[in-house]
Amino acid sequence: MTESLNGKGLALVPKTDAKQSLKDFKSDQEVRWCPGCGDYAILAAVQSFLPELGLRRENIVFVSGIGCSSRFPYYMNTYGFHSIHGRAPAIATGLAASRPDLSVWVITGDGDALSIGGNHLIHALRRNVNLNILLFNNRIYGLTKGQYSPTSEIGKITKSTPMGSLDKPFNPISLALGAEAGFVARTIDSDRKHLHSVLREAAAHRGTSLVEIYQNCNIFNDGAFDALKEPETRDEITIRLEHGQPIVFGTGENEKAVRLSPQGGVEVVRRAEVAESEILVHDAHRPDPSVAFALSRLDDPAFEHVPIGIFRSVDRPAYDTLMSEQLEQAAADKGKGQLADLLLGGDTWRIA
Amino acid sequence: MTKQVQQLDRVIIRFAGDSGDGMQLTGDRFTAETAKFGNDLSTLPNFPAEIRAPAGTLPGVSSFQLHFADHDILTPGDAPNVLVAMNPAALKANLGDLPRGADIIANTDEFTKRNLQKVGYATNPLEDDSLAEWRVHSLPLTSLTVKALEGFAISKKDAERAKNMFALGLLSWLYHRPTEATIKFLEAKFAKKPDIAKANVAAFQAGWNYGETTESFSVSYEIKPATLAPGVYRNISGNQALAYGLIAASVQSGLPLFLGSYPITPASDILHELSKHKRFGIRTFQAEDEIAGVGAALGAAFGGALGVTTTSGPGVALKAETVGLAVATELPLIVVDVQRAGPSTGMPTKTEQTDLLMAMFGRNGESPVPVVAPATPSDCFDAAVEAARIALAYRTPVMLLSDGYLANGSEPWRVPEVSELPDISVEFTTEPNGEDGTTYLPFKRDPETLARPWAVPGTPGLEHRIGGIEKADGSGNISYDPNNHDRMVRLRQAKIDGIDVPPLEVDDEDGDARVLVLGWGSTYGPIAAAVRRVRKDGGKVAQAHLRHLNPLPANTGDVLRSYDRVLLPEINLGQLALLLRARFLVDVISYNRVRGLPFKAEELAGVIQDVINSD
Repeated sequence: MTESLNGKGLALVPKTDAKQSLKDFKSDQEVRWCPGCGDYAILAAVQSFLPELGLRRENIVFVSGIGCSSRFPYYMNTYGFHSIHGRAPAIATGLAASRPDLSVWVITGDGDALSIGGNHLIHALRRNVNLNILLFNNRIYGLTKGQYSPTSEIGKITKSTPMGSLDKPFNPISLALGAEAGFVARTIDSDRKHLHSVLREAAAHRGTSLVEIYQNCNIFNDGAFDALKEPETRDEITIRLEHGQPIVFGTGENEKAVRLSPQGGVEVVRRAEVAESEILVHDAHRPDPSVAFALSRLDDPAFEHVPIGIFRSVDRPAYDTLMSEQLEQAAADKGKGQLADLLLGGDTWRIA
Repeated sequence: MTKQVQQLDRVIIRFAGDSGDGMQLTGDRFTAETAKFGNDLSTLPNFPAEIRAPAGTLPGVSSFQLHFADHDILTPGDAPNVLVAMNPAALKANLGDLPRGADIIANTDEFTKRNLQKVGYATNPLEDDSLAEWRVHSLPLTSLTVKALEGFAISKKDAERAKNMFALGLLSWLYHRPTEATIKFLEAKFAKKPDIAKANVAAFQAGWNYGETTESFSVSYEIKPATLAPGVYRNISGNQALAYGLIAASVQSGLPLFLGSYPITPASDILHELSKHKRFGIRTFQAEDEIAGVGAALGAAFGGALGVTTTSGPGVALKAETVGLAVATELPLIVVDVQRAGPSTGMPTKTEQTDLLMAMFGRNGESPVPVVAPATPSDCFDAAVEAARIALAYRTPVMLLSDGYLANGSEPWRVPEVSELPDISVEFTTEPNGEDGTTYLPFKRDPETLARPWAVPGTPGLEHRIGGIEKADGSGNISYDPNNHDRMVRLRQAKIDGIDVPPLEVDDEDGDARVLVLGWGSTYGPIAAAVRRVRKDGGKVAQAHLRHLNPLPANTGDVLRSYDRVLLPEINLGQLALLLRARFLVDVISYNRVRGLPFKAEELAGVIQDVINSD
């Protein structure tokens, strides 16, 4: 079973013949994010993407923690669980591990997933239950009104850090790769086509997938990702990772390429100065995560160049499958459990 | 030499030695033999939290006390009749509990100058007059064992390690225990090391033969089987009974069991036990922390499983927010708290009843949770089924308050027939319940139980969202309406207050007692034993024991008010007393000791007598 399910993230989820549209996935609840919030774009992208999967709507569940993004489940006409701060991966783990017939999506933010829920996130990734985790990263606390987050840049001036924040941020992609994640990707709220392509691959991956979505908070951290969106800068700094393709970016004279560095890791060089054979060809299926990790470091510390796309997509057995197999194995070895036999097991004696 | 055989009605034995001496195993085996023989019994293991404390020191002493009798007994006994002391530390740590005239079986090989010094003995107590009040049997257990195992293909160290089996053999002879099961057990335990198995069996038999031939023991003892209610019995510990109760609840409810847990003393054995029974479709999930344990259980409950988390006090503190979420989302969940001495890390292997108020109130907001507490080790089975019944019928988290004494203690259990177990099956909602016939209202309540419907993912047409934010009555949509919140707070409270629990039963032999002793949880045995003593001496006293702490049985106030005085012993500083005073304005008399140990029957009998006499 383990073998055949690899690459088939939703093989156990029942399908529908009915034609679905975006409208089918809209709930009757009024969407209450701030006007102009990047969450709207992501919601619309998810709602327009789901019909493509053709799953029975009742077998889809959205689980969230706390934060602006975590209101997401209320707006989806599927099953939904808006839980508590940081704990969505844990709750979704119990649900997905006991119900392999469900397509379970975790909606979380940079504070929810990386601060208060950091422990659950890393363990969910290493454990590899069949979950899709969408991490909306706006590099700020929105719902509590504008404190710096674990992805805010050092020196961030906020209400809680009037002289600038002092702590180094997490790079969510590096963190996920370090946590043994099998599927790690990054995309942007404003690029629906790219978002769809990443969601498609994430859903197809059996096991835990982590998708970081750069999301603009237009109230407390407006323009955080503008450099990736403005036509003048966008193509100069965005590294679009595509499996099997040489990693090149930039335009005209500024065209750049990524190659393995003699010092270890990867480096960005002017394309004109490097032989084609030296350009790194992206291999998302590479079992060893070190090159993916090196690629994740390219956007550190500032937005000089930012890789987006699928960093890593490697199949390994999903926890829920293995768990089910142990149950089946135990029943096959010793027969299905019988309560009377269990209670009377061990040394007994009779009193007449 | 023909030896004398003496009849006894009951005996209390305490095996004591270093943590590495195998005293828990020795006690367990003696208990199994005793159960097989048909005595009633009760056990009290007592061990340090350290896995291997420094050898020969007082903190490293591990002991196992067993009380067995030809009649039904209620406690592991106050004071041992026999102490097996494997070293000077074991003697010193336990001597204070030994009444005069008790037997001491001491392993002289370990009474070396160095070991004596380690625990502050200036001279060897086995050789001076300091133990004159007791009957001392000094024997070189280690060297007798090594000698008996000469010729076996094992190391000297392994031979020495078998000394606990020599001691077990000797005690088995002394009390006429059956031996076949222990031999079988040793053969199975060391199946992969046949030489070690043979040596342990030989040591065990050598101990038995030593008893028969030595002049050190001129008398052996017979304790006839107890006449208990008819049925099939087995010996069971609280943690095992609790695990079996959860499995039974899964079978009787028709829901798969999902356990989310994080290892913690003294609850881990429930996780271990449930992990063995995967063929019942049980999923056991060892989470990254306590919070994930309960979170996963709640997630599984959302998916239609019987969600359970098992822990001790520190874990309950961490799980509080998730239990609150279960209250708000009105999903079934069982939270097992095997209480231990606190605050903070406290004394992990010692018992206490100090989590009652945390179970009741340890969450933000108005967050009522039913609380059920088992009274004895075997009662953990029924209490677990009862907790599941309440959780499933009322869609609520339930706190099940066991404790370290129940968890590790054991007693004979009359195994119930499956047909005797309650049917706690649930029906998931599969059809819309709105007036219009098409909408689903996840918070429309059953008029009788106030429980909400339970529609699980996978059910077409009933897609809905739940969460920790306040919900509109009925629809479950987010609501900040002041009156709606007030209504929902009251509805959640009314649902818990209205849970159907059986009335509090009072044991008042002649109906003319003026003093009631009330208890809850694991104090049942010592209180009942104390009540027996008082009555035997002519005292009049009634006894009642609470299994449901929230809600309390409807007749609780009437029962309390019908006695002149109510005595309430608790292994805390008066937590139930606080609740009863607040609720019923009854001036209960608290008796509190928080020593990490169960009450002694004699101690409580004195307290009861004092309250009777204070009229």
